[in-house]
Amino acid sequence: MKINSRISPGISEGLKVAFPIIIGYIPIGIAFGVLSRKVGISVFNTVMMSLIVFAGSSQLIAVGMFLAGASAVSVIVTAFIVNLRHFLMTAALSPFLKSWRKLELAAFAFEVTDESFGVHAAMFSSGNYQKESAFTVNIAAQISWLAGTWIGIVASQMISDIERLALDYALPAMFIGLLVVATNDRTKVVVALIAGFLSVLFFQVHLDQWNVVFATLIGASSGILLEKWIKK
Amino acid sequence: MAVVTYVPRFLPLFFLANRSLPVIVRRWLGYVPSAVLAAMLFPSLLIREKQLLLSYENLYLMAAIPTFLIAWKSKSLFGAVVTGMVLVAGARIILGL
Repeated sequence: MKINSRISPGISEGLKVAFPIIIGYIPIGIAFGVLSRKVGISVFNTVMMSLIVFAGSSQLIAVGMFLAGASAVSVIVTAFIVNLRHFLMTAALSPFLKSWRKLELAAFAFEVTDESFGVHAAMFSSGNYQKESAFTVNIAAQISWLAGTWIGIVASQMISDIERLALDYALPAMFIGLLVVATNDRTKVVVALIAGFLSVLFFQVHLDQWNVVFATLIGASSGILLEKWIKK
Repeated sequence: MAVVTYVPRFLPLFFLANRSLPVIVRRWLGYVPSAVLAAMLFPSLLIREKQLLLSYENLYLMAAIPTFLIAWKSKSLFGAVVTGMVLVAGARIILGL
């Protein structure tokens, strides 16, 4: 991809790796914007959710819960449970951020999402990933999320084109790529398989919102056990 | 909502980034990306409309196989995304799925 050479290398690297996130977030942002308005949430609150909450799955779940007549407290509790996985994600990123200042960490954390986490984890472990690129990924992701939200608010009829262009598959395809990059040894392959299938199983037994967190905890722990077992 | 979604993202960075963690904890955290990405990906491919769908009719799952192979061989995120999207769009337009 050619990016204007006047842009600093850190920023252009960030834009390059953020590209799949950008094409994935716009359609989901549109879906959120459309649904939020249809459910009767005001334009202001819809935009504010994308601006200050910036958590795609939680926002969509919140809209669904509002529609089902759930209380504000239950929406907030659910959003918290769904986002517990971010504890694990930012904890996993923390060893790479030793030299960062507190204010930088605070700004960075605000925009960490599932998808940007995947990109950060892959890029940090490959080395040679600058702070500037990491922030570029986060900012590009949130701008595309806001742009999608805005388009969804103003033009709900665009929804029908999303399926034809397979824009809904951008994020699953990106997760496949991110998983392959992150899973660079045999133990990690086993960890990924355990966590993946447990997550499906937990979902099936109606642990719905908890499935990802539980599966991740067990999967990562099984990696440690496997290490010990292999060494013996 | 902004508070409950921000706290889990920020607290680990605030408390963990400036300290050296025991080796075992760092190794455990090293497994988190593979585990959490798989835990999010597998249900998105295998569960359609809240039901487990293990069949050739599951377009998400079928497209995932070549997407995985491309990602594995090329190690290219962009290649994986393009492969997946082209396959899904093609299947929908040509096969009318």
